[in-house]
Amino acid sequence: MPHLSEDNLERARALVALYPEKRSALIPALHLLQEQDGYVSPEGIEDVAELLGLTPAEVRGTASFYDMFHLEPVGKYVVAVCTNIACMLAGAYELLHHIEESLGTHPGGTTEDGMFTLEDAECLALCGNAPCVTVNWRYFGDMTPERWEALAEDLRAGRLDAEVPPHGTLCRVRRSVGLLAGGAAGGATGPMPAVDVTTSRTTPAMASTVLPAPAGDGAGGAASRSPGTGAQAGRQAGEGS
Amino acid sequence: MPETPERGAAVNITLDGRPVVARAGEMLIAAAERAGTYIPRFCYHPRMKPVGMCRMCLVELKGPRGFSLQPACYVPVAEGMEAVTESPAVKKAQDGVLEFLLINHPLDCPVCDKGGECPLQDQTLAYGPGETRFVEEKRHWDKPVPVSSLVLIDRERCIQCARCTRFAEEVAGEPGIDLAGRSDATEVANYPGQPYDSNFSGNVVQICPVGALLAKPYRFRARPWDLQQVETTCTMCALGCRVAAQSSADEVVRFLGVDSDPVNWGWLCDKGRFLFEALNSPRRLSYPLARRAEPVGNGSSGARAPLAEVSWSDALSEVVTHLAEARGDRIGVIGGARLPNEDAYVWSKLARSVLATDNVDAQLGDGLPADLVAGLPRATIDEACSAPLVLLVAPDIKEELPVLYLRLRHAAREGGTKLLEVSPAATGLTGLCAASLRYRPGELAAVARALSGREKVTADVAGVPAAEVEAARALVASTPGLVVVLGRPSLSESASGAAQAGLALAELPGVSFLPALRRANVHGAIDFGLAPGLLPGRVGLAEGSEWFEHHWGPVPAQPGLSTLGMLDRAAAGRMDVLVLLGADPVSDCPDRALAKQALEKARFVVAVDAFENASTAYADVVLPAAIYTERRGSFTNIEGRVSWLGQKVTAPGTARPDWMIAAEIATRLGRDIGASSLDSVWAEIRRVSPLHASVEPDLLMSYRGRDGVVVGTDGTGAVPAEVSPLDPMAAHGISSAELHPAPPGELRSQLHRALGAGPVLTEGTPVPPPPRRIGLGDLEAAGTSGLPAPAHRAGASASPGGVPALRLVARRPMWDGGTLVQESPSVRELHPPFTVALHPDDLARLGAAGGAALRLVSRRGSLVAPVVGDKSVSPGTALVPFNVPGAAVAELVDAASDWTEVTVERLEAGS
Ligand code: SF4
Ligand code: SF4
Ligand code: FES
Ligand code: FES
Repeated sequence: MPHLSEDNLERARALVALYPEKRSALIPALHLLQEQDGYVSPEGIEDVAELLGLTPAEVRGTASFYDMFHLEPVGKYVVAVCTNIACMLAGAYELLHHIEESLGTHPGGTTEDGMFTLEDAECLALCGNAPCVTVNWRYFGDMTPERWEALAEDLRAGRLDAEVPPHGTLCRVRRSVGLLAGGAAGGATGPMPAVDVTTSRTTPAMASTVLPAPAGDGAGGAASRSPGTGAQAGRQAGEGS
Repeated sequence: MPETPERGAAVNITLDGRPVVARAGEMLIAAAERAGTYIPRFCYHPRMKPVGMCRMCLVELKGPRGFSLQPACYVPVAEGMEAVTESPAVKKAQDGVLEFLLINHPLDCPVCDKGGECPLQDQTLAYGPGETRFVEEKRHWDKPVPVSSLVLIDRERCIQCARCTRFAEEVAGEPGIDLAGRSDATEVANYPGQPYDSNFSGNVVQICPVGALLAKPYRFRARPWDLQQVETTCTMCALGCRVAAQSSADEVVRFLGVDSDPVNWGWLCDKGRFLFEALNSPRRLSYPLARRAEPVGNGSSGARAPLAEVSWSDALSEVVTHLAEARGDRIGVIGGARLPNEDAYVWSKLARSVLATDNVDAQLGDGLPADLVAGLPRATIDEACSAPLVLLVAPDIKEELPVLYLRLRHAAREGGTKLLEVSPAATGLTGLCAASLRYRPGELAAVARALSGREKVTADVAGVPAAEVEAARALVASTPGLVVVLGRPSLSESASGAAQAGLALAELPGVSFLPALRRANVHGAIDFGLAPGLLPGRVGLAEGSEWFEHHWGPVPAQPGLSTLGMLDRAAAGRMDVLVLLGADPVSDCPDRALAKQALEKARFVVAVDAFENASTAYADVVLPAAIYTERRGSFTNIEGRVSWLGQKVTAPGTARPDWMIAAEIATRLGRDIGASSLDSVWAEIRRVSPLHASVEPDLLMSYRGRDGVVVGTDGTGAVPAEVSPLDPMAAHGISSAELHPAPPGELRSQLHRALGAGPVLTEGTPVPPPPRRIGLGDLEAAGTSGLPAPAHRAGASASPGGVPALRLVARRPMWDGGTLVQESPSVRELHPPFTVALHPDDLARLGAAGGAALRLVSRRGSLVAPVVGDKSVSPGTALVPFNVPGAAVAELVDAASDWTEVTVERLEAGS
């Protein structure tokens, strides 16, 4: 009994068909799996292995290389705090310590209520708004302990559900399996996702309630939320990839 | 773009200022090594593709902008290339790489298996910085953890060279381990809950350049500097891989693969590598055994006295008394594949010239007719692996001749060799085959005839669709230079199917054969005459009797019986003495009922063996033999390659080599068969066997002769023009295997003498001309080479419940119930479970679910086994492993019929 859902199996097969070598579809297939289960689950690994003609050891070998794949279940929100040089000079470690204390967990850990998984990260490419964090790969710059508290509060209360989608798949993968409009997948078209994951780095809601919009943000602003341009926004800056 | 020179063409490069001629296509590191410049390395292995991962091999290469550092293992040589391997920049790079590698290395050399033979130690000493600047805490892992039942990993020691994972993926095709994680958290890991089970897992331990991968059977057994070693040939199957046998305190503790270019490329299978445990088993026989209370053992007389230790002299005189009383044609010698060549020769001579019997057969009814094996044109492994098309009419090569699987896999993937398979069930090579024809068990000959035919195939053959057969036939017909790997695809089909297939295929122009017989030195036994109707040197009895009578005295005039014939005769109470020469027909003969009955009914049974086994239970006298690593000798592999067997340890107790036992028996019978030492035996072999006239044992023992000499291919027994030195990093642990210097007079006869030339004769009397070797013509004349006409007796037609009878397919797994496997504690449990596999449709028809117990009934016997559904099993067949502990499939098999039919019925729970 395959563990991947019918739809996802279909999508994974379509992904495989895109490449001359089956194994080339490994990364996108893992994203599908992670979207389905919230992490790269053992049952799913075996499915993906079988689909691509690999062994589970090889699939796990690749998945474990990338920080964006989680081999253990993670919280609803994966919070990455940048500790690289620009952010560090702007107080990243103080911020990290504050978040550790306030969440009661350390990098790599998940809060007891399953709400947050904390990570420390190298440069997330938002040095202009150091220190910065990402939550489920959405950017939040110019972070301070106080702003973090407000952000955490909004997240817990579900006020940012529209802006910070569930932890899942990258836009470009969704696009290639036909989960987004304008996709190039070989025939597999799924329903539009429930949540528009194309949110750019700062949303109007955020701007008004929590954070100032970072300066010089070409792809940011409300424009990116209009349907149809999401893919592009996602590619440019919407995700920490 | 300069045009690319042909592979192997001369390429001129400059290495450290001197001109060097490299070969196009090779990497700089290899060219430098041949020119005597060793470039340090970790990840590079000469038998695998380069990856350039470790950077230890950095050298300076001249480019358009001057010299720059580049990995020598990853840069192919090019005309005009200028490389510097020693310079301040190179030294700094080497220092840096080693310093980095040691940041996280635990340096627990004192308790590391590899300490003392470790490339990381050695290269740190030779090329390292001498001191580290790192004071930070090293990473920690649980250590060691198992990756399989035979291999453990100590991840702290791993330097991430990926040699092991590349071997698993690239060489063996079983990527059950892979690198996981990233950066300093990188580890080599199997998937949790899925051990890295592979027939070849021991190789990753050998090629790991540090002590990260550890073999359970060797771990903590010895320190490298305590090991003594000798180069020898693996005798665990008939392939003859080259190994270094290493011992400590007179006990073999490890085998390492030696790179023999024509055979094993440095690889070993786990069976060849780990069965040494059996040599040290406490159950080895050290003293002769006999039944004391009832010296004239008559099997029918109910309870027999138990076997008890006796002296050699008592045991031998009892044997000799029975032999002296028996008529030649009522004496049978079964077995001999365990024996080295010399011993096979002496036993063959004893049987013919002293015991006056031609009833000798090294095969136990589970092989091919010996005259067929000896008479078909032979291919070498290299020829098979460079042929455009290889036809597999054979058992599962991955299980029976494992390293040949690696060679064929390489040929299919990297070379231009196409594989075509004719098999009643899927094998380890099926996935690499252009096509696999699934014939109905028992009807192999029909498929072979269709394939070798000139006519277009329009109707289905033996259950294979016409289109498939025709496509394969067209491929065979349009590909000159076909090599056939010929063996028994299933042990529950009679040998005649495979034999007829061989004869049919032999008609194809230019075809040659690689026989897939698996048991140890079975080819030596055949070549030295342990086969009915065949004298030493692949000479037929009729052809050779004059010559051999001249040298040996009278030889029997009529061809004797094969093993099945002898067993039949014995079962009818018409055999006086059966000699079991390292043979266990009760376990290995496909017809177990017959074997048991025969041993019971034979007047006197003597076994020469290293262990008690299912057959020695019927013996009146058991004589302990010295085996592999306990005595010198030589071995003949599937190609006819004769290579040296070295001795490293002493045999237990009073066990002695088989040839000595034969000589002693002859002496006690009042005859001198001229075997006073191995040297004297060889001298005689070279005089008597035209096939071996130019084989010099001195050469075999020497460095030049380590790859052995192929006899019987038309042309010459060739010695390699160039023996490549052992690459210290590919063969670490094998430093100074005991070999002799080249023979005096430097290759006197050069071994290149045409083998057709007569042997060197020293005797004064006029001699008859040497006999001709058996050939294809003889086989055709003899029809199906002396086989009894196959008599298929129709089986029961339907199982209760309406499931038609199924045809049995029985194959040997690598790990089975064989004595050596069962006497090796580390591998004893690795055999597959005893199950019967059916196609899911058949399973559904039975109304059974996987796991249910089935009773299989043939006209011979019945067995109960859990069933599994398997889509790769053809409908209408039942696939079972032959000879796994706890289940004797041979109970079911009727060796005389073309196939064995079984009816299956579901057992109700509890019955
Ligand atoms: S375990 Fe050994 S062979 Fe495998 S990557 Fe590590 S050091 Fe290399
Ligand atoms: S393939 Fe045969 S000869 Fe080679 S190591 Fe295995 S058992 Fe020994
Ligand atoms: S240093 Fe933190 S985003 Fe670049
Ligand atoms: S990079 Fe050349 S040997 Fe490793």
